[in-house]
Amino acid sequence: MEAYLTSYATVLALTVAGILLVALAFAVSRLVRPDREYGFKLSSYECGIDPVGTGWSHTHIRYYMFAFMFVIFDVETLFIFPWAVVLGTSEHQRFIFGVMLVFLFFVTITLPYEWKKGVLKWV
Amino acid sequence: MDLQDFGITVAIVVGGFALWILATALFIWGERRMVAKMQTRIGPNRIGPLGILQTVADGAKLFFKEDILPKGVDKVTYFVAPIASATVAMLTFAVIPFGGSFTVGDREYTLQIWDPEIGLLWVLAMSSIGVYGIVLAGWSSGSKYPLLGGVRSTAQMISYELAMGLGLVSVFIWVGSLQASEIVAAQSGTFFGSIPAWNVFPQLFAFILFFGAAIAEAQRPPFDLPEAEGELVAGFITEYSGAKFAMFFLGEFMQVVTMSAVTVTLFFGGPSGPLFGLEGTLAGALLGTFYFAVKTFVFMFVFVWLRGTLPRLRYDRLMDLGWKVFLPLGLLWVMATAAVVLIQDTLEQAQVLTGAGIILAALVLILIVGAFIDRSRGEAEPAEDEGEEAEDEPLALPSSAETAREGASRHGGARQVRVPK
Repeated sequence: MEAYLTSYATVLALTVAGILLVALAFAVSRLVRPDREYGFKLSSYECGIDPVGTGWSHTHIRYYMFAFMFVIFDVETLFIFPWAVVLGTSEHQRFIFGVMLVFLFFVTITLPYEWKKGVLKWV
Repeated sequence: MDLQDFGITVAIVVGGFALWILATALFIWGERRMVAKMQTRIGPNRIGPLGILQTVADGAKLFFKEDILPKGVDKVTYFVAPIASATVAMLTFAVIPFGGSFTVGDREYTLQIWDPEIGLLWVLAMSSIGVYGIVLAGWSSGSKYPLLGGVRSTAQMISYELAMGLGLVSVFIWVGSLQASEIVAAQSGTFFGSIPAWNVFPQLFAFILFFGAAIAEAQRPPFDLPEAEGELVAGFITEYSGAKFAMFFLGEFMQVVTMSAVTVTLFFGGPSGPLFGLEGTLAGALLGTFYFAVKTFVFMFVFVWLRGTLPRLRYDRLMDLGWKVFLPLGLLWVMATAAVVLIQDTLEQAQVLTGAGIILAALVLILIVGAFIDRSRGEAEPAEDEGEEAEDEPLALPSSAETAREGASRHGGARQVRVPK
């Protein structure tokens, strides 16, 4: 157990080092860069004309549909991972293979359904 | 963990990190040189021999640039986004073995920063977190183009993450482990005494699936829609400048190096190769690093090659490829691999040849199904194309009510995306 946690300490140290490295880069840049801000330079970019309205504009609802579908299939993949590891060595190979087939059928059936319903169609 | 362990671990971590940064810097320079050659230009050749220090000069220049904080930004997230992007790119390679193992005294060390049991799931986890960097950058900029670019690349990345996950699953089933060291060890032998036992031979389709998805995940051409400058200016990095901009680019190019390295680990035996009796020594481990670097450079070249060759995909084609081709075929391939593993284990006498035959049969089946899907799409397409023409040229009358309706719905769809003025 201790060796297990030690290995995670290595990666935690690496994470901290990574964040510090980026922070250090920002700090160095802050020391050496010029800082001359004025009016138009600070406006949001909108092809050279004055920005109109707020920057948080509408986006198409379709992106959210894809996000929902991603969640469905990502959960599916998540269930496959542990199964993939034990499949080769398990005593009940045929059983777990069959169970996975049933599970995959019920999750994957959503894909042709969405396809038919036109959710996957763009524009 | 005593002083020796600690010292060697720190040396491996620092060495690996330096190797990755060096490879990234070399890749940026190499890409510019090679794309220049492909386009019959000269490319950067002023700083250092053959312009090799160009990346350093460009990086340094960006640090001396003013860091503009536009009016509309959400300050905290605007600051966090580049940190998330760059840090995640730096962490992904932690699980990849970049060299052989060596012994000091009675203890064995491997040139790998971290070898957890979750193994390559770490790569998937990190690329999921990488999406946060993009979506936060797009949202926090408080500007229209970054928002659209951010949403668009998020949709792209989550779509291809599925295909990538399925490519990984096939390898996991084949090897029976998630751990990077075991995946490499499983590829150490040979097939028929002459071909190296790399996963790419039995798992060719998983390799195509994974590498295609990796290109999309790294947002490289032909899948570089997030940076489609004709449509989105610069996508989610439009409002960024100076050091923050540099961090996004560092992250992106590091992603290319990491994805090449993951591909080599999964499908091309990682650091394995002939060691000429140097097993267990530091020289042998470094020879492994050499093999690993050569294989990785090949894939980094493929990334550049694709950029020099292929035009950018249209967005709907990109999403179609992800959801209608990669995802169903990936699921089929996972089940085919599982079936082969099952048959191999159940029948004691079943040899590699049987498995290979079944995989070949499955591949042929998948190709037939794929061709069928492609043909049915091809049949549906003429109507769509007519609708498109009707949209492009307002003077051309639609030939039938069908296309007129489609054209109208297209207009409606386009209007919703457009920014309200």
